[in-house]
Amino acid sequence: MSTAVEIADARANKFGHQLYAGRARAIVERSLLALRSSTWVPIATGFVEPVLYLLAFGYGMGELIGNVDFGGKTIDYTVFIAPGLLATSAMNGAIYDSTWNVFFKLNESKLYQGMLATPLGPLDVALGEITWALLRGLSYAMAFMAITAPLGLVPGVAAILAIPAAVFIAFGFASFGMAITSYFKTYQQMGMINIVLLPMFLFSGSLYPISVYPDWLEFLIKLMPSWHGIELVRDIWFSAFDNGTLIHVSYFCVMIVTGLYFTTRRLRNLFMR
Amino acid sequence: MSESLISARGLTKKYGDFTAVNAIDFDVAKGESFGLLGPNGAGKSTTMRIIAATSQRTAGTISILGRDPEEHGPQIRAHLGVVPQQDNLDGELTVTENLFIYGRYFGLSKKFIRAKIEELLEFAQLEEKRNVKVDALSGGMKRRLTIARALVSEPDILMLDEPTTGLDPQARHILWDRLFRLKETGVTLVLTTHFMDEAEQLCDRLVVMDNGKIMAEGSPLELIKVYSTKEVLEVRFGSERNKEVAPILRGMCDRIEELPDRILMYVEDGEALLEEIIAKKLHPTTSLVRRSSLEDVFLRLTGRSLIE
Amino acid sequence: MNSGINVAKVRSIGAAYVAEARISQMMKWKGIIAIVAIGNPLFYLIAIGIGVGVLVNQNSGTSGTGGVEYITFIAPALLAAAALTGAMDEVMFPVLEGFKWRKLFFAMNSTPLTGTQIATGVFMAAMLRVAFTVFCYWALLVAFGVFSISQSWDVVPITMFAAGAFAAVILGITAKVTKEDFFMTILGRLVIMPMFLFSGTFFPLESMPTFLQPIGWVSPLWHATELGRHFSYGYSISGLMILFHFAYLSLLLIAGLLLANRAFTARLAK
Repeated sequence: MSTAVEIADARANKFGHQLYAGRARAIVERSLLALRSSTWVPIATGFVEPVLYLLAFGYGMGELIGNVDFGGKTIDYTVFIAPGLLATSAMNGAIYDSTWNVFFKLNESKLYQGMLATPLGPLDVALGEITWALLRGLSYAMAFMAITAPLGLVPGVAAILAIPAAVFIAFGFASFGMAITSYFKTYQQMGMINIVLLPMFLFSGSLYPISVYPDWLEFLIKLMPSWHGIELVRDIWFSAFDNGTLIHVSYFCVMIVTGLYFTTRRLRNLFMR
Repeated sequence: MSESLISARGLTKKYGDFTAVNAIDFDVAKGESFGLLGPNGAGKSTTMRIIAATSQRTAGTISILGRDPEEHGPQIRAHLGVVPQQDNLDGELTVTENLFIYGRYFGLSKKFIRAKIEELLEFAQLEEKRNVKVDALSGGMKRRLTIARALVSEPDILMLDEPTTGLDPQARHILWDRLFRLKETGVTLVLTTHFMDEAEQLCDRLVVMDNGKIMAEGSPLELIKVYSTKEVLEVRFGSERNKEVAPILRGMCDRIEELPDRILMYVEDGEALLEEIIAKKLHPTTSLVRRSSLEDVFLRLTGRSLIE
Repeated sequence: MNSGINVAKVRSIGAAYVAEARISQMMKWKGIIAIVAIGNPLFYLIAIGIGVGVLVNQNSGTSGTGGVEYITFIAPALLAAAALTGAMDEVMFPVLEGFKWRKLFFAMNSTPLTGTQIATGVFMAAMLRVAFTVFCYWALLVAFGVFSISQSWDVVPITMFAAGAFAAVILGITAKVTKEDFFMTILGRLVIMPMFLFSGTFFPLESMPTFLQPIGWVSPLWHATELGRHFSYGYSISGLMILFHFAYLSLLLIAGLLLANRAFTARLAK
């Protein structure tokens, strides 16, 4: 059995040992303990959101809308929005976990301060928190798939790949969201996040094809991560791959890397300077 | 001095134009209980954070267990137990879960931590609260839990930033008792405080800081000897008469301090001086002879004006 | 002793002092309140009104929405939803802050202010915010040509009334809350979200499966939306139904305020 000192000394000469102690799993373990003691209600109820949207828009709006043209084919409106809702809930979940949740632990409960007083580094904290958000997103995506499949909304077995895709885009949002939050100090600044998110999600094409808009607005929408996320999941859902799919994937790779870079840097500056 | 665990030379920390810690030197020996005293803003907490390897110095050198915190932050932190000024316990977890997960942050095995938790719960007198969420604990219990948490990794150095601020007398005494026992087991204590009684109780040696500088250094007794007298006589003549009497008293002892409500006279024998005063028919309305304390040293060195 | 404190005056208009304190708190958020007041309707109208509207129009024209354009159909509902959620925010957060986070209400209560006055003051300030939100929303709808001023002006006070009824209930319930995380999650996910989606907001309630329709019947948003549609573009409902909607909302308002009054007084006396 090793002591704390032996464990830390073993890493003393590893690259980046000041930033990463190789123990992001300890942060995930913490979230599991918290799940048991405190956070199970918000987590358990989180999966209802996309289901409610599916019921409301699928069945209520479906009556008004009927069928939609998608990729040259005519599909039922409910089938059209299902992957969009999956993507949206994955992104929303990741955003909540990485913004308000992180803001609270950073500024109110000072939880990260306590973690970083141990041999853990900022990258352990960032990766651990993000991993937890992704595990949560993964379980929601699986639950959503389990509900939509029996309803006949899933076109084929290959659509199961939409689950890892949802986790992948959640990764992008979680790491980017955490980076932004770590720079924010006031509740007012946090309020701005919600304001930015509203149009981003309303316009991102989860509920209707964005081709209804004039070119300039369509162009702006195509710059936003939410659009790429929804399109990526939708491409996979319908197995409709093209060059766009590759662009969506690259978009999220960039988001993940920049998000992690800035989060780690900022946490180091906040707690190690 | 025996083997020095912490050694700082010319240690300086600047935040922009503001110098929080200004070229200080100090050493802490193994097994010693070392105190940083000073008013708010003196630079105590900044110094603590540099020792804890969570803040980087601007200039000077510091070595902790022979290592530089800028190179070996995680390795140094593995030797330390940190008790911050404000408790940052995990509010979503219970008492035992707090201890458990903190051990996991150090990478300790579950088996080791589980055994350790029992020991720590007993030490912190929290056995009956083991499954309670920390939000439901009193201030004193939270403080004891924070200290227990800092001990989960069996640290060589325990860092305490104002350990008893905000606690009632009972809770303070329990805490002092626990810290004293720790010291007996060979743990080195580094603490900040602005309570003089606490410093006298806990510290073998201390430095008084003001404006980022070290003003004095020594054991509590040495400091009293150097910066104060054996006794202090406090006399009151009413705020009107204090002024006219003061010049007469001034000639009667080495050092005298006029405050708005009373006059302090620093002497070796307070009773004798009081008799002298009464013999001069200067009848004070109240009088008090007491031993000089660290508080007198502190006020002499850092001044009486409010620092905010 | 004359300290210049007129206890009789505090007793009579104390609620206004509380409202004043709340409003000065809100002013810290004025930038965000203004952006939300303008941005929320703008985004919803363009995204849902136009985006989804195109799809609806292609498919079923105006037959599914009672003969009006889709944007006209959802405008009163979105207006009501914004008013109700805005009102909720302005009572829920101050009450949690007042009783739990910063315990401001206990400080207020140590002056001559009573629990009833504190509750009333919070409610009054929330209604002022609602008035601002509703007016901005309505003005934007008029500017877009969705509503006409002469036909739709009465929607403003009616929507405010509905928002007030909802806010009163939330005020009363929040005053009893001790586990706020739990409460906010349940309220947001299991009350507000279904209410928003299943109150005939985006499509007529009747096009929902029957088992989901009762959500609309008990939802203040549905009653507000039905009234809003009637008074803004002449959606036809019977006089009896109008009376029923008003009666339901009035009941919520009175019950909510009574509950709030009791809950505030009891909790402050604890």
